[in-house]
Amino acid sequence: MIRVRIEAKHFGEAQVLGRVHFDIAPGECVALVGPSGIGKSTILRILAGTDEDFTGHVDRPERMAVVFQEPTLLPWRNVIQNLTLVHPDLGTEGARAALDRVGLAGKETLFPGQLSLGQQRRLALARGFATPPDLLIMDEPFASLDAETAERMLALTESLMATTRPATLFVTHDRAEAERLADRILRLDGAPATLAEIT
Amino acid sequence: MRISTERATSHRTVTILSILLLGLLWVVAAGLTADPQVLPSPFALAAPFRQELANGELLYHLGQTVVRVLWAFALAMGLGIALGLVMGRSEAVNRWLDPWLVIFLNLPALVLIVLCYLWIGLTETAAIVAVTLNKIPNVTTVIREGARAMDPQLDAMARIYRIGWRRRMAHIVLPQLAPFITAAARSGIAVIWKIVLVVEFLGRSSGIGFQIHLYFQLFDVAMVLVYALSFICVMLLVEWLVLQPWERRVRRWRQA
Repeated sequence: MIRVRIEAKHFGEAQVLGRVHFDIAPGECVALVGPSGIGKSTILRILAGTDEDFTGHVDRPERMAVVFQEPTLLPWRNVIQNLTLVHPDLGTEGARAALDRVGLAGKETLFPGQLSLGQQRRLALARGFATPPDLLIMDEPFASLDAETAERMLALTESLMATTRPATLFVTHDRAEAERLADRILRLDGAPATLAEIT
Repeated sequence: MRISTERATSHRTVTILSILLLGLLWVVAAGLTADPQVLPSPFALAAPFRQELANGELLYHLGQTVVRVLWAFALAMGLGIALGLVMGRSEAVNRWLDPWLVIFLNLPALVLIVLCYLWIGLTETAAIVAVTLNKIPNVTTVIREGARAMDPQLDAMARIYRIGWRRRMAHIVLPQLAPFITAAARSGIAVIWKIVLVVEFLGRSSGIGFQIHLYFQLFDVAMVLVYALSFICVMLLVEWLVLQPWERRVRRWRQA
């Protein structure tokens, strides 16, 4: 069980987050929506463990994966190394299979800079799902893509989620995306921000 | 492919021409001076060069200097990279160590050398420590800039996926620092060999610096030039055979 119990989070003097309590059950996808700048990414960083400067407590599993808005690849390592360096247990065969699932078969030896932005994001997605994580964190993974690419990424994410069923926190500003992927939507609002559950 | 080969060839032609031009300048200057005691022409160096090569003096002293340069270079780069990385990553450590860095950056090389010889004695250790201490602050300063410029998003990615320390260093941290490491190595090797010569001049009985000291006392300009130029040739070979190919290798992903 993933358990988030944030009581408060400050940046300097300013309190950005108030009481934010929620759980994510195994296999459940929870979307976090709200206007930009409200603190969605801050919650994401606290859940991921990259921000430990807050009041409260978080229970998170060992194996986590993340898909950021930027692909965040290693530009100096080729496509297949981008998977095998992050997932040492995967092996070359496993990495090839993961690339195949996102439609990047045959691109193994290219560098990320030789891929289009859409392909880079698919590689980031493949990295997230390569070894099924216990918690998947997605931060606006479809933002600033053209409508057609965004739709293909959404469909791909849906199918990957359907096969691996990780517990997921999905941060977005787009209600339609949230409704399509998530089992439950949390809305962040107010100053300091607190949660309002919608569905 | 063809275009880049042609470009490489023309680059090489320019390099060779530019060195020949420097040689020509020397010939003209030697002609105008018209005193081989002050500035012998490059051709007049051939005989003493052959003599030093034949009696083994040149290679022995060259070897001694190269060993000292390699030791000091490895130590200064290793310690400087570690220190620069820690200072660039941690603001608290940086606040504490920055004043030290400024002091050591501004401490004249000569002072460090003299103090090392006085405290440690006229030994090989003192010589290498003196050169290393002289170079560490520069390496640290350059690497610290690199560490500050690292991508925090990649850091977050590595932490969330729990990538191990060694893997993170080898595949995330060092590739980002590579341009800074090359810059530090470039300026490093040049400065180090100059300081090694001073160290040898002041307190060693072997090496290029010692020989220059000897021929300085004999007012033998030709021999001073023979020894200095021999070492410059070694450094050019290092530049072309080691540094530049390595730089091309780590930059490969940018050109792809």
